[in-house]
Amino acid sequence: MSEIEYINLTLKVWRQAGPQERGRFETIPAAEVDPNMSFLEMLDALNEKLILEDKEPIEFDNDCREGICGTCGAMVNGIPHGHGRGMTICQLHMRAFNDGDTIVVEPFRARAFKMVKDLIVDRSALDKIIQAGGYISVNTGGTQDANAIPIAQETVEEAMDAAACIGCGACVASCPSASAMLFVSAKVSQFALLPQGKPEANHRVLAMLKEMDNCGFGNCTNHRMCESACPKEVSITHIARFNREFLKAALFNKSLL
Amino acid sequence: MQQLDGKIPGGPLAEKWDRHRMEMKLVNPANRRRFNVIVVGTGLAGASVSASLAEMGYNVKTFCIQDSPRRAHSIAAQGGINAAKNYANDGDSIRRFFYDTIKGGDFRAREANVYRLGQVSNNVIDQCAAQGVPFAREYGGLLANRSFGGVQVSRTFYARGQTGQQLLLGAYGALSRQIAGGQVQMFPRYEMQDLVVVNDQARGIIARNLITGDLEPYAADAVVLATGGYCNVFYLSTNAISSNASAIFRAYKKGAYLANPSFVQIHPTGIPHYSDHQTKLTLMSESLRNDARVWVPKNSGDKRPANDIPENERDYYLEEKYPSFGNLVPRDVASRNAKQQCDAGKGVGPTGRAVYMDFSEAIKRDGREVIARKYGNLFDMYKNIINQDPYETPMMIYPSAHFTMGGLWVDYNLMSTIPGLFVLGEANFSDHGANRLGANSLMQALADGYFIAPYTIAGYLAEVELPDVSSDHDAFKVSLKTADALIKRLLSINGERTVDSFHKELGRIMEDHVGVTRNETGLNEAIEKVRGLREKFWQNLKVPGDDRSYGLNLQKAGRLVDFLELGELMAIDALDRKESCGGHLREESQSEEGEAIRDDDNFCHVSAWEYKGDGMQPELYKEPLVFENVELTQRSYK
Repeated sequence: MSEIEYINLTLKVWRQAGPQERGRFETIPAAEVDPNMSFLEMLDALNEKLILEDKEPIEFDNDCREGICGTCGAMVNGIPHGHGRGMTICQLHMRAFNDGDTIVVEPFRARAFKMVKDLIVDRSALDKIIQAGGYISVNTGGTQDANAIPIAQETVEEAMDAAACIGCGACVASCPSASAMLFVSAKVSQFALLPQGKPEANHRVLAMLKEMDNCGFGNCTNHRMCESACPKEVSITHIARFNREFLKAALFNKSLL
Repeated sequence: MQQLDGKIPGGPLAEKWDRHRMEMKLVNPANRRRFNVIVVGTGLAGASVSASLAEMGYNVKTFCIQDSPRRAHSIAAQGGINAAKNYANDGDSIRRFFYDTIKGGDFRAREANVYRLGQVSNNVIDQCAAQGVPFAREYGGLLANRSFGGVQVSRTFYARGQTGQQLLLGAYGALSRQIAGGQVQMFPRYEMQDLVVVNDQARGIIARNLITGDLEPYAADAVVLATGGYCNVFYLSTNAISSNASAIFRAYKKGAYLANPSFVQIHPTGIPHYSDHQTKLTLMSESLRNDARVWVPKNSGDKRPANDIPENERDYYLEEKYPSFGNLVPRDVASRNAKQQCDAGKGVGPTGRAVYMDFSEAIKRDGREVIARKYGNLFDMYKNIINQDPYETPMMIYPSAHFTMGGLWVDYNLMSTIPGLFVLGEANFSDHGANRLGANSLMQALADGYFIAPYTIAGYLAEVELPDVSSDHDAFKVSLKTADALIKRLLSINGERTVDSFHKELGRIMEDHVGVTRNETGLNEAIEKVRGLREKFWQNLKVPGDDRSYGLNLQKAGRLVDFLELGELMAIDALDRKESCGGHLREESQSEEGEAIRDDDNFCHVSAWEYKGDGMQPELYKEPLVFENVELTQRSYK
């Protein structure tokens, strides 16, 4: 980090004033970009400039800026969160680009994600899927001692792999059929692995799947794009476990269907 | 000077909470549906209290600024959550939890509250495990514990480095279940603009729909603020971009007292600033200090790369100054010393505001593999941000504003000075005194939300007279007008500087004068500078767009209005507290060796400030802190 070698870029950014307005790509030069900036800091700097030129800044969702809250997300050159493996767009740094590059930035697109503004979409459908059954139904109080149910270390580690999902929607944006299957399966898998999740396992998998369909997400077509786009590298083995859970529930618990 | 009453129940320490629960009135299950409660914020405290109240049968309306309640900043907490389970069989107990927390807070917290925190801590862990939180486990399948700074037992439960995320997803699950059942009405992308007080009772809020820009009134029988801390007053902090002080500050302006606003925890091991464009400080886990040596060049202005500086020209200042604790001195001591070295011109890195944290000796001793197994993910994170390999060159670190112990003053029931306004989690002035122990904040937020506030709010609702108030009451109309006027005013200035440019300037003032070290001259200077900056802000701010669609700059401008006033209040509070304690050193109150001296004769109290009007000096109230169960001692790490 001695002398900073600035890079100059051209951005093609999706601009859309609102859900009912027409969207379009706008070409905006980003000059003298410090390669040590994160992608979002590059957009911040660009916005500062736009504001002073009396132009509308580019709106984008972001919050923790350390890859855990799941708020940020955009397609960078056609890839959700850009080409960095296992990271969100807030963790992507400009040193991953070369001087003179043209970068195409657009929102996560899916029928279930309604457009809000510029790079912002409404991902509340993911909350709806969780509301359908992505939890263990225990009220506050009255639970047994935390050590009353031992769980094998490797089981809890696998559950944690699934639980690492940050709900950003990159899996949906990457999927040719805009399916939320990786997202749904991560939650189903986490609770299917844990003894606490067993009592509601059948109901959970069916209810979450039904809600996914209701929200307008497509179905899984085994392209595995979700797995490579996932910033937390959630594996599609969870989709396999989801399928087993689904079969078990659908075949042997017809009353739930 | 008036004194404040914390309403601490009588009787022996260990029996206070039980006794209080018995004495509080209850609401009959059939009557609960008649009560409406508003909760602002969906972090650990907000989500857990929303779910718990809804489970009991109350009607809950919950608001958050994020696009989903799952994204609140509790999600970013890494390390763990403390509880007095004594699973490790190493001598832990509720009493020890209590003692460690009181001592860690440098004897500036309420005994009764802290003891209660220890008591309910075990229930919180049980609750989370039952929700399916994948806590780390031992080979036998039982829960694993690790030790954390400031204590000598292993009482920290964790889920990899994502404990906050997993606990929050547990609470978010419980909240989602209540949303599905219709008992909680959820309002994401809403920001509270004002607290509405009718007949001296908190009866609702004005919230802004961030998508449409509409200001909407919501009435209730009680209001809960669980809106987190205000570290973003420093601009650069470990907080999320949207973390803000507006909810608590606007409640302060409506009569709630703000307590100990100057109590801020500055974490020693943040990744340093690299340029003016930086928007965020990322924390490196403190555990790194176990295997690192902290140093700066002996000669100020030495700009050679770290590996070119020979051993005899390195200053291992912590090892030298604190031979028994060395690199493992507590957070505040490590932060203070790093700042002193940089102020003396010995800082490293492109901005000169960093010190080295060197792993070369540990790598030589244990091998690269062992170090990678322990800290691999942290090293990768660092490399991604700074573009240097910590296996090859020393890491650079710098103190980062991380947590605010100050907040709205609350009594033992977590109720503010406005009846019916409850404040939970980091937003209240809390159980952490003048310094928070690692892994205690997650516990406090969940204890408040699951096991304390649901009881005390019920106690309030059962006891108090609540006349019918709907959202077309005049008080709501007045608040709507005020909120609208503020937004219109921000948009009408049309000056030449952006919100962020003002925020950065505020951050520098706060860091220079109201950070880890403070003195009278600097604090007076800070007050003057913040006032001047506020004036410039109102003359020269430029906010793009209008208030009829989503616009982050307008949101940020509204939040900065409050930070610009809170910054001054923090300096006023720091000026008044002429002692060193907890997270900060007051230069006038130190020993000859430069160590902090706490002044129990004059400052063994909570300072709570009452708003007296724009441009007026706020009024100070004191709540004396009485210690009947511990002996006050001075910390020493020599």
